[in-house]
Amino acid sequence: MNNLINITIDGKKFQVHEGKNLVDAAKENGVYIPTLCHFHEVNPPLGTCRICTVIVNGKTTTSCTTKVYEGMKVEINTPELLNTRKAIIEMLFAEGNHFCPSCEKSGHCDMQNLSYDMGITNTRFPHVYSNKVIDFTSDRMIMESNRCILCKRCVEEIKTNDGKNVFSFVSRGVKTRVRIDYNEEAKLTDSQAMHAMNLCPVGAILIKGMIYEQPFGNRKYDIVGKDKDVHVIDRFKKRQDENKFIVATTSLAGCFGCHMSLLDIDTEILDVLEIVEFNKSPLTDIKKFSKRCDVGLIEGGCANSENIEVLKEFRKKCDILIGFGECAIMGGIPAMRNFVPLKECLEEAYINGLTSEIGANIIPNHEDIPKLLNNVYPCNEIVKIDYFIPGCPPSAKHIWKVIKNILLNEEYSIAHEEFKYD
Amino acid sequence: MVTKETATKRTTLMNVLWDIQRKRRFISRDDMKKISSEFNISMIELEGVISFYHFFHLSDAGKYTIYLNCSTISQHKDYQDVKKAFQDELGILIGNVTQDKLFGFFKTSCIGLSDQESSALINFYPFTNLTPSKVKNIISKLKQGHSLESLSDFPKDNIQYTPKEEGKTIFFKKYNKGEGLKKLIALNQVEVIDLVKKSKLSGRGGAFFPTGMKWQFCKDNESDQKYIICNADEGEPGTFKDRALLNQYPGLLIEGMTIAGYAVGATEGTIYLRAEYLFLKNKIEKTIKEFNKDGLLGKNILGIEGFNFEVTIHMGAGAYVCGEETALIASMEGKRGEPTTKEYFPVEKGYLGKPTVVNNVETLCAVPRILEMGLDNYLKIGTNATPGTKLLSVSGDCDKPGVYEIEWGMKLKDFLKLTGAKDTQMVLFNGFSGEFLSEVDFDREISGENLLAEHIQFTFEDPIEYSQKMSGVGLRSGGSFMIFNKERDLISILKNITKFFVAESCGICVPCRTGNFLLNKKINKIMLCHADKDDLDEIKEWSTIIKQSSRCGLGKTSTNCLLTAMLKFPGEFQKCLLAESDINQSFDLEKSTEIYDSIIHEIESSYE
Repeated sequence: MNNLINITIDGKKFQVHEGKNLVDAAKENGVYIPTLCHFHEVNPPLGTCRICTVIVNGKTTTSCTTKVYEGMKVEINTPELLNTRKAIIEMLFAEGNHFCPSCEKSGHCDMQNLSYDMGITNTRFPHVYSNKVIDFTSDRMIMESNRCILCKRCVEEIKTNDGKNVFSFVSRGVKTRVRIDYNEEAKLTDSQAMHAMNLCPVGAILIKGMIYEQPFGNRKYDIVGKDKDVHVIDRFKKRQDENKFIVATTSLAGCFGCHMSLLDIDTEILDVLEIVEFNKSPLTDIKKFSKRCDVGLIEGGCANSENIEVLKEFRKKCDILIGFGECAIMGGIPAMRNFVPLKECLEEAYINGLTSEIGANIIPNHEDIPKLLNNVYPCNEIVKIDYFIPGCPPSAKHIWKVIKNILLNEEYSIAHEEFKYD
Repeated sequence: MVTKETATKRTTLMNVLWDIQRKRRFISRDDMKKISSEFNISMIELEGVISFYHFFHLSDAGKYTIYLNCSTISQHKDYQDVKKAFQDELGILIGNVTQDKLFGFFKTSCIGLSDQESSALINFYPFTNLTPSKVKNIISKLKQGHSLESLSDFPKDNIQYTPKEEGKTIFFKKYNKGEGLKKLIALNQVEVIDLVKKSKLSGRGGAFFPTGMKWQFCKDNESDQKYIICNADEGEPGTFKDRALLNQYPGLLIEGMTIAGYAVGATEGTIYLRAEYLFLKNKIEKTIKEFNKDGLLGKNILGIEGFNFEVTIHMGAGAYVCGEETALIASMEGKRGEPTTKEYFPVEKGYLGKPTVVNNVETLCAVPRILEMGLDNYLKIGTNATPGTKLLSVSGDCDKPGVYEIEWGMKLKDFLKLTGAKDTQMVLFNGFSGEFLSEVDFDREISGENLLAEHIQFTFEDPIEYSQKMSGVGLRSGGSFMIFNKERDLISILKNITKFFVAESCGICVPCRTGNFLLNKKINKIMLCHADKDDLDEIKEWSTIIKQSSRCGLGKTSTNCLLTAMLKFPGEFQKCLLAESDINQSFDLEKSTEIYDSIIHEIESSYE
């Protein structure tokens, strides 16, 4: 175990202890390999998330399951591998129902942190929005399957004192879920239960009453992180003339919060107006496009037929479309209705809701009222979106920085604190 | 706590579950309570095991449980009509149970009867070559109380071809009990392994790992107990050669396992038989008994002091991934059939943590034949890298579906001629995890010669050039050989394949579980002609990611078909594409507002 051996990581030579797994060996030498299902006590490694996929002597494998040996050649940060890792996280976002702004675990979430770290602004995969169960049955625990990434940590690690599993996978394939055994869960001590919540890399296992013990802003991942460089897409030709850039904005199924945030740069808006002219936008109250625009800013996802029409029109009339805010990118809070039948949503809103008048029995409808869609869709599932500015809402500074840099065709970097969904 | 005793006891879990499933037609909460306390595991862990396997049910599956095969070959025969006939006769849709709990009707993936489709299993009795009128007859007879046994069709072996030249047939020839095994008297362990190594025998399930090497590793690992497992979980769609072997020569398999046991020092052997082949179990059991009686199994076999070997049968319960050796071992241990991380190979720590050899039926059957005919004679057959013969299971659009024993090295076009295939558009070689072959490949030979490293893939700009470059490159298959003529639609075949992987992924790793599911959606998009060129690029990218990062062979090979189909049949994809556009054409506004319209309509009409 104490024998030192030589390995090469991305062309650099290192001496590491024999028999260690690659993740730990690399870490000891200051080389970071992203992991999600892996945690330091686990043995044997789980190997379920596949984030730590690397190339060892020409073959792809996961580093958590690989032990170092003499002469090993490891590639970690090839463009292809970086892309694969990003894609796996994006798959998890598309498969599950992750709404960071409303998640209790935000700031404590390993997956959220990894995504910030990798600079993920959106997922390349269409969202599945499958209806998953939130299980409140147990007295102490909540199992939030919408967020579960099936890493298997709890299944392997959390056992009762007599060695029985509290969690288990059930079913298989895309229907696989983690479920709780209520009887066994009741046998856990409070500290064992807390361990389960803290072990969960996302917000799937929650202990009632203990969720907000640590306030937002003070959490594990709230301050750490790296700044990100963003590469400009060639799609946009820099203007030669003296004319101002023309910008249009709209709010689809959103709360207008992103537009409010847009105005939050205070007097700097005067500088912005030096180079920018607004066309169709709630800010100008111009209802129809009067000319072709350089940039269209989209807040909110698509919840009804009008949203779809507006979005398509924006795509046709603008050279560059930027989705800003969680709702435009992931569907956001409005998309949480995707798991409730539409009829129930309407009845709750107009008939059974607390604020409805007694005896209300009408769901308003008219040919002039837009029709609700079966689901709320993120904008990039309807049209091509060129850039994404995450945040709920993104800060004013951040939004304008991105837009300026896009208009001026410059590469730019985003500070970690600006780059957030929550 | 997992102790040796509890682990050993746990291995009987699957049998217990099978007994209850058979008797009561499902496993109830009450049964689960009893079993979980008996095995000292939590209810949820037990439910995890039960729900992993397709053939275990948590609600009543009917006195007669019908599983209709829905795989591609069946689809191309009478699947739709047969399904309709079942539905009409039973008055239920597929996936349901009749109200009187007499019949349950479910679909299942390939059941190893591709040469006699459409086929179904009723309480695991096979019914082949189904037609609507046959279905009608079966159901009415069952209702009248006829026995399943009297109605079922014992599948034909359909052995269509063996090498014509004298002495070149290895498997399908006269079998004399014990002839191969008796050669052991003159050989020690090292000599047996040496012989297997020299024969260049390699894993015939499709992975082609050198068998001699595997045995050597297992032998070299010191242990008080070692195991031989025969992988008879022939789950690759379109394969059924092991079915024929098991039916014709169960003795040959037992001899093969016994020889393996002798070579590595194992005393226990298990045949992991897929549930779909339950109809073969009696015959194998009978043969095991005979062998025991004749002193070819048991203690001091052939009078060799200390040479003890037992063979038992372990029934699978419907999970394709259990064909993967580590998943198979997990399944035998009474767990969910999830592949391990390969931190240890089975030859190091396998079944119950002991060194274990897992070999395919065909591999094990080849061993006694090699001993019997002598290494020199064996090496004269086939090609240099792959001596001997290979069994192929041929199905689809040809005159003579069935099992073919061919000498390695036969040209693909010659083989196609043997099968009587006409107007062949493509061949799906090596099953759903294999590759699509088109005319440009028909000059290649079926052998292990000049195999391409996986990452080398010639570009396909000029089919003639491609064909010339590839003509020297050999082709290996675990056995599945599906032929499709020019009328078949490639995209719908691909749809069937991706659907299969969505259902059969064990669900434990992200790329395989989610990636295949998302790819399936992409295929739908292509089928509906909503896709554009970007979608094709995305399919390639996603497939490569799945291949690169999946945990086991299932995920790593699940996109092979799709990638090779895109390479060789670009036209089939092109014709479904739309012009490139910044707007996603698959989004249908009218369809997305259908629910809303119907709600409003319902409310409006209630006012009147």
